[in-house]
Amino acid sequence: MKLIFEKGKPGRRGFTQARADVPEVKPIDKRCVRKDMPRLASVSELDVIRHYSGLSRLNYSVDTNFYPLGSCTMKYNPKFTERIASLEGFTGVHPLLPQLSGGGMLAQGSLEVLYETERLLAEITGMNAFTMQPMAGAHGELTGNMLIAAYHKANGSRRKYVIVPDSSHGTNPASAAIAGYEVIVIKTAADGYMDLEEYKKRMNNDVAAVMLTCPDTLGLFNPHIKEISDIAHKAGALMYYDGANLNAMLGKCRPGDIGFDVVHINLHKTFATPHGGGGPGAGPVGVGEKLADFLPIPRVVRHADGTFALDYHRHKSIGYIAPFYGNFGVILKAYAYMLFLGKEGLIEAAEAAVLNANYCLSRLKDHYDLPYDKRCMHECVFSAARQALGGVHAIDIAKYLIDKGYHPPTVYFPLIVKEALMIEPTETESKETMDEFIDTMIEIARLAKENPSAVTQAPLHMPVKRLDETKAAREPNLRWQPQ
Amino acid sequence: MLKTIGVSGVGDLFKDIPASLRPKSFNIPAGKSECEVTGHLKRLSSKNATDLINFVGAGFYDHFIPAAVDAIVNRPEFYTAYTPYQPECSQGWLQAIYEYQTVICELTGLDVSNASLYDGGTAIYEAAMMALRLTKRNKIIMDSGVNLIYRTMLYTYTSNLSIEFVEIPVVHGQSSREELFKHLDDKTAAVILQNPNFFGAVDDYSDIVERVHKHGALAIASVYPVSLGMLKSPGEMGFDIATGEGQSLGIPLSFGGPYLGFMAAKKELVRQMPGRIVGATIDKDGRRGFVLTLQTREQHIRREKATSNICSNEALCALRAVVFVSLVGTEGLKELAQRNYQKAEFAKNELSRIAGVEVKRSAPTFNEFTVSLPRHANEVVYGMIDKGFACGFPLGRFYKGMNNYLLVAVTEKRTKEDIRKLADGLEAVL
Repeated sequence: MKLIFEKGKPGRRGFTQARADVPEVKPIDKRCVRKDMPRLASVSELDVIRHYSGLSRLNYSVDTNFYPLGSCTMKYNPKFTERIASLEGFTGVHPLLPQLSGGGMLAQGSLEVLYETERLLAEITGMNAFTMQPMAGAHGELTGNMLIAAYHKANGSRRKYVIVPDSSHGTNPASAAIAGYEVIVIKTAADGYMDLEEYKKRMNNDVAAVMLTCPDTLGLFNPHIKEISDIAHKAGALMYYDGANLNAMLGKCRPGDIGFDVVHINLHKTFATPHGGGGPGAGPVGVGEKLADFLPIPRVVRHADGTFALDYHRHKSIGYIAPFYGNFGVILKAYAYMLFLGKEGLIEAAEAAVLNANYCLSRLKDHYDLPYDKRCMHECVFSAARQALGGVHAIDIAKYLIDKGYHPPTVYFPLIVKEALMIEPTETESKETMDEFIDTMIEIARLAKENPSAVTQAPLHMPVKRLDETKAAREPNLRWQPQ
Repeated sequence: MLKTIGVSGVGDLFKDIPASLRPKSFNIPAGKSECEVTGHLKRLSSKNATDLINFVGAGFYDHFIPAAVDAIVNRPEFYTAYTPYQPECSQGWLQAIYEYQTVICELTGLDVSNASLYDGGTAIYEAAMMALRLTKRNKIIMDSGVNLIYRTMLYTYTSNLSIEFVEIPVVHGQSSREELFKHLDDKTAAVILQNPNFFGAVDDYSDIVERVHKHGALAIASVYPVSLGMLKSPGEMGFDIATGEGQSLGIPLSFGGPYLGFMAAKKELVRQMPGRIVGATIDKDGRRGFVLTLQTREQHIRREKATSNICSNEALCALRAVVFVSLVGTEGLKELAQRNYQKAEFAKNELSRIAGVEVKRSAPTFNEFTVSLPRHANEVVYGMIDKGFACGFPLGRFYKGMNNYLLVAVTEKRTKEDIRKLADGLEAVL
């Protein structure tokens, strides 16, 4: 499709300002005026609407396609939360209003949403207090690492290392590193769990924290989790919970009860806020009591008279990590979702998610290698190693699925599984949808044996065929240039 | 399904979680209907004041958002998709981001842009980290005309790294060259400046940037995109990296988020940039298509050696920005900037007529300016709320010794009558 800049005609516009109701003024000092004006599209409103409507149709999305992208929890996002988030009473509030003198009463509704969401998340995770400020999961991880550093510093120690398993999300080691830590990577043992012996060996008094995903990225609940946590605590290290996979745990197990000290949650995963093509998400961070004083400012507090306020006077706080109170519009949708589901609904969500993943696992395990043959939680990880022998790789399977109208599972992650295919159906999918997907997967396994080129040619029915990624990286073309 | 799995009940699927690790409590209220939850949140939304006439900016502005922007971002094919890892079924998103990157490059006058960052503050942080890596130095000079919120965020993020920060005081509302050059040396990794600065003052930093480069340091700008319809771009001033808050490009104020951090840089810095970047390429048949590219910078590949930990960004807000900018176009953006400037100048004149109010005119301003009041600004703001105005941001909150100063923002949405009423109200309150 043409770019927006390649459409339209010079002089055409999609929006007109109101006529000036104030007098003409002297232009600003010409030394400050730009000479090269930005070259933007010259299009009408209809051009814009057609263009982006057209582009939207080139995407697979949860509303249009089954989207079992492992680790991303692409569940259906109920529509009513969108309507709530678009209420003018929420969208129109300037974030600085409650910081004005006398302004505290101007945003009571929004402050209540933040306060109540914190309380719900604290109960769901078994943590003491939350900050809603982090704007994505990785932002939560960075915040968590800074909280950990502040805690150790307050206890007079400057620890150097953060432990992560080799199955972790890439954001874990990246977040620890940019927070100033060196990363110790523990490999996964043959049983699919973090190598416990290796872990014990590497644990020492210089380890600040252990970052774990639970269930882990293989979709397994680690039976040694309590022991891992106890070992860390004995050495004075803290336990960090990557909440990317919290969906399986709702009402079943709480990180706080296991002994985790810091938790981040991806609201866009577990709490059904749309993923927006790569954000905005929200990555609130919860902590145990001993870390609560370090949470970022401001904190939302509730006064005895039932009103809400922002508290900036927290001398142990790590400070500002966001300009305001987080991705409020996202938090609002997650809050509405939690109220809607309630206790039983949340538990049911976890159960259905785990049921669906195990169903996929059971029906596919005769057709694909299952490197860790165990019951899974919310997602299952297969390997296309068998198919790869005949020239059909995980990427080929992904492309064939695209041709069949499915968004592929996560491929080549976790890194420890060769030819990984990570399937997370989520709780919102019906048996029929999964059966059709599974049948397609079985068909691919058959084709891989009998007619591999039928798979490796895919996709054939999309707006583009396979794209040359090497060329994209070698000769970066990252913006349109006028002819 | 249970039979296929080979279990007798769903409970069996959770057997790996030992009884000792089952929740100690799970006191969540029972679920409510869609109708009840909607009603509850409607009531909460009505507890927020949205009928105030708003003159508060301070980096976050009440601009008009054309309905067409919402029409596009409310398409589920956009908002219920995720990061376009699989290009063949994500061409819409990838092309939209490529167009967004183009818009950011055009606005800032720089060569390359990423697919978005969280907000204007984390964008400065990421830019500072780029400069530290590129120069292998550890000193950062920051003008105190940079939004205090952003400066404070930068300090939080770097508190465990050994970075030397120098803050340059603002003199008569503008960056002090004399002070800045005193601290600029061959140990400096970057100099961070904001335009317009927090007080609303507009500057041409070309002279500073030139000196920064002589010392082998990087010049980083934080800019307000709507102002770029009028003001000299970071590229024209020679900046190496431009960052900013994109909220003004079609994104609602929404109590502080979701917003849009943007970043553009000179092309030689592209491999140090954080976050997703979309590139154009061709498919097997030679047709143009788009992919996520230069991914070897990123956390999912480089892990602890990545340029940043960012994964999810603010893509949907970036889509808002590119749709907004496409609707207004070059002439429309120029007109929008002009209208903001014009209205703020009108407001300056109106306010300066009030006895005891002095409009600070030592530097040109765009759509926000500083006034001094005969009383503590907090008292004035308090009194004005009663009259239905959020009349400005009291500078004493962020700057010592400025208790009597108010920062007033005037966007295109404020009418002549709003401005006149503001002046009348202030006169009465004073």
